[in-house]
Amino acid sequence: MTATDERSHPAFEDEFQATIDADQRIEPRDWMPEAYRKTLIRQIAQHAHSEIIGMQPEGNWIGRAPSLRRKAILLAKVQDEAGHGMYLYAAAETLGVDREELTEKLIESKQKYSSIFNYPTLTYADVGVIGWLVDGAAICNQVPLCRCSYGPYARAMVRICKEESFHQRQGYELLLAMVNGTPAQKAMVQESVDRWWWPSLMMFGPADGDSPNTQQSMAWNIKRHTNDELRQRFVDMTVPQAEALGVTLPDPDLRWNDERQAHDFGEPDWSEFKAVISGAGPTNAQRIAHRRRAHESGAWVREAARVYADKQAAKKREVTA
Amino acid sequence: MSHVEQGEHDATNAYQSLSETTAHDDPRWAFGTGFEDGLSLGEAEITAPVPEGVDAADLAAYCQMLGDDALIYSQQLSEWVANAPELEEEVALANTALDLLGQARVLLARAGHVEGADRDEDALAYLRDQAGFRNVALAEQSDELDFGRCIARLLIFSTWRLALLHRLLDSKDPVIAAVAGKGVKELTYHRDYAARWALRLGDGTEESHRRVQAGLDWAWPYVEELFRTSDEEHRLIEAGVAVDPAGTREEFDAVLAQVLDRATLTRPEVPPVGTIGGRSGRQGVHTERLGHVLAEMQSVAREHPGATW
Repeated sequence: MTATDERSHPAFEDEFQATIDADQRIEPRDWMPEAYRKTLIRQIAQHAHSEIIGMQPEGNWIGRAPSLRRKAILLAKVQDEAGHGMYLYAAAETLGVDREELTEKLIESKQKYSSIFNYPTLTYADVGVIGWLVDGAAICNQVPLCRCSYGPYARAMVRICKEESFHQRQGYELLLAMVNGTPAQKAMVQESVDRWWWPSLMMFGPADGDSPNTQQSMAWNIKRHTNDELRQRFVDMTVPQAEALGVTLPDPDLRWNDERQAHDFGEPDWSEFKAVISGAGPTNAQRIAHRRRAHESGAWVREAARVYADKQAAKKREVTA
Repeated sequence: MSHVEQGEHDATNAYQSLSETTAHDDPRWAFGTGFEDGLSLGEAEITAPVPEGVDAADLAAYCQMLGDDALIYSQQLSEWVANAPELEEEVALANTALDLLGQARVLLARAGHVEGADRDEDALAYLRDQAGFRNVALAEQSDELDFGRCIARLLIFSTWRLALLHRLLDSKDPVIAAVAGKGVKELTYHRDYAARWALRLGDGTEESHRRVQAGLDWAWPYVEELFRTSDEEHRLIEAGVAVDPAGTREEFDAVLAQVLDRATLTRPEVPPVGTIGGRSGRQGVHTERLGHVLAEMQSVAREHPGATW
C-alpha cells in the first residue's frame, strides 16, 4: 500500500464519482483515483507527442510548397501544432509530470503517439489528404474530448478543435484545387487517398472487442464514444466529401446500408496496425530518431537559458541585499 | 445537457458542411495567409500607379530586392521547423518565417505588377533562375541547424532590416510604405528575440558562449554586403522611394555593439566575402548555396508547369 492508496478514502472516492456522474469537471486540486490520473497522463502525453511528431511529415513539404500561399498555410499549420503540443504538455503538467520528463519518455519509446504519423508524406497531395482525412479523423476523436471530465484537458481541446477544423478545411480546399487542376494533380490526389485511407481508419484504434481501456475511460467520462462508433461516424461523414472531390475511397466493401442508415465498410488490416503501433511501421524509427536529434542537439541551448536565468537571479539578489 | 450536445452538434455540422463549401466563396480558407488579413492591403494597392518620376524597372527591381531577402530568409529559416531546441522556439522561429513570407508575397506581387510582364508572386518565386534573384547572400545561408548560427544570423539580419524598414515608412511607393508599416512591428519582435537569445547564449555557459561566437564569426563576412548601394537604389533614393542601405550602418553598428557587449561577445574581425567584378546578390551573383535553395523551393512548382494550387 502506497501513501497515495491510503488517501483513497471512500468519502473522496464517492465525491469524485459524484462529480463524474453529474457530468462536471475534475480540476487539478481535486482528489482523483491514481488510475484516473495515470490514464489521463498517458492519454494527454500521447496526444501532445502526436502533435509534435506530426510536425515532421508535414514539415517535410514546407520547403517545397508549390505556391507562396500554400507555403504560408502549411507553415502556419505546423506552427499551430507546436502550439497544441505546448497546451497539451501544460495540461499534463497539472497532473504532476513535466514536459522534459514526457519528452524523454517519447524518445525512449516508452510513450506512444498516433500511429498515423508513422507513414511517410510522399507527394504534395499528402499535405491536403492529411488535412482532410487525418485531421478529420482527429476531429471526430477530439470533439467529444471537449467534454472530457478533466477540466484542463477539456479546455485545451476546445481551442485545439477550433484550429483543427480550420486545418481540415484548408486541406480539403487544397484537394479541391488539385482535382480541378491538371490530370497529374488529380492523379496525385487519388494516389494519396489510396495510401492514407486505411491508416486514417486505424486512427480510431482497435475494434471495440479489442480495446481493453475503453470501458474504464467511458466510465470516467474521459471517453464518450467507442472506437467503432467514432470510426463509423468518420466514414459516414467522409463518403460524401470524397464524392464531391471525385475521388474513390479504396474499399470494395464500402456501400450505403439503408437499414442501418450508415455505410458498411471493410475491415482495416489489423496486422499492419499492430506492426505500426509496435514500432515496425514505415517511419517509426525515423520519427523518433528525428525527435531525439532535435531534443539532444538543443540541450546546450536549454542549459544556457537555465544558467543565464540563474545568473540574472543572483545579480538581482546582490542588488537587493 | 442540451447545451453540451448542441456544442458537439455544431462542431460536427461545420465538419459536414465541408463538401458544400467551395474554394472561392469562403475567406476563412486563407485566414492569416492572404493579403487582406495579412497586411490589410487590398489588391487595389498592389496595383497602385508607379509614383511620378520613378522608373518602373527600377521600382520592380527594388521590390524584388526587399522581397527576395524576405522570401529566401524565410525559406532558410523554415529549416528549423521540427528541429528547434524547445517548443517555444518552434513557435517563434516559424512565426518569424511566416512574417517574412508575408512581406515577400506583397513585395513580389508589387514587383510583378510594376514590371508589367504578367508575372505574379508565384511566377517570380518559382520561375526565376538564380541570376534573377536579388537577395543578399546572408539570406541564402543555412544555419545547418546550429542554434548559435541561427541567433547570430537573425540578429544581424533583423537589426539591418528593421533599420531599413523604419526609413521606408515614408517611401513614396504606397506598397513599400505599407509593408514597412507592418514590417517594423514584426522586425522589432524578431530583433528582440534574437537579442535576448544572444544574451542568454553569450552569457550562459562556456559552450553556449563559444557556439554563438562561432555563429557570429561565420555570419560576419556577409555583413558588408548589407550596406552596399546598388545602382537602382541610388536612383530610387533620389525619387524618395528607396533608402540608402549605407545610411543604416551607424544604427546597425550601435545596436550590435550594445548587444554584443552585454552578451560578452566579440565583434568579429574577419574579411568580407568578395564580389565578382563588383557584383553580388543585388546584381544576381550569389553564393553556391542559392542554387540548392531554389532546387528545393521550386521543385514541385516546376514539375507541374501551368498548374494552379
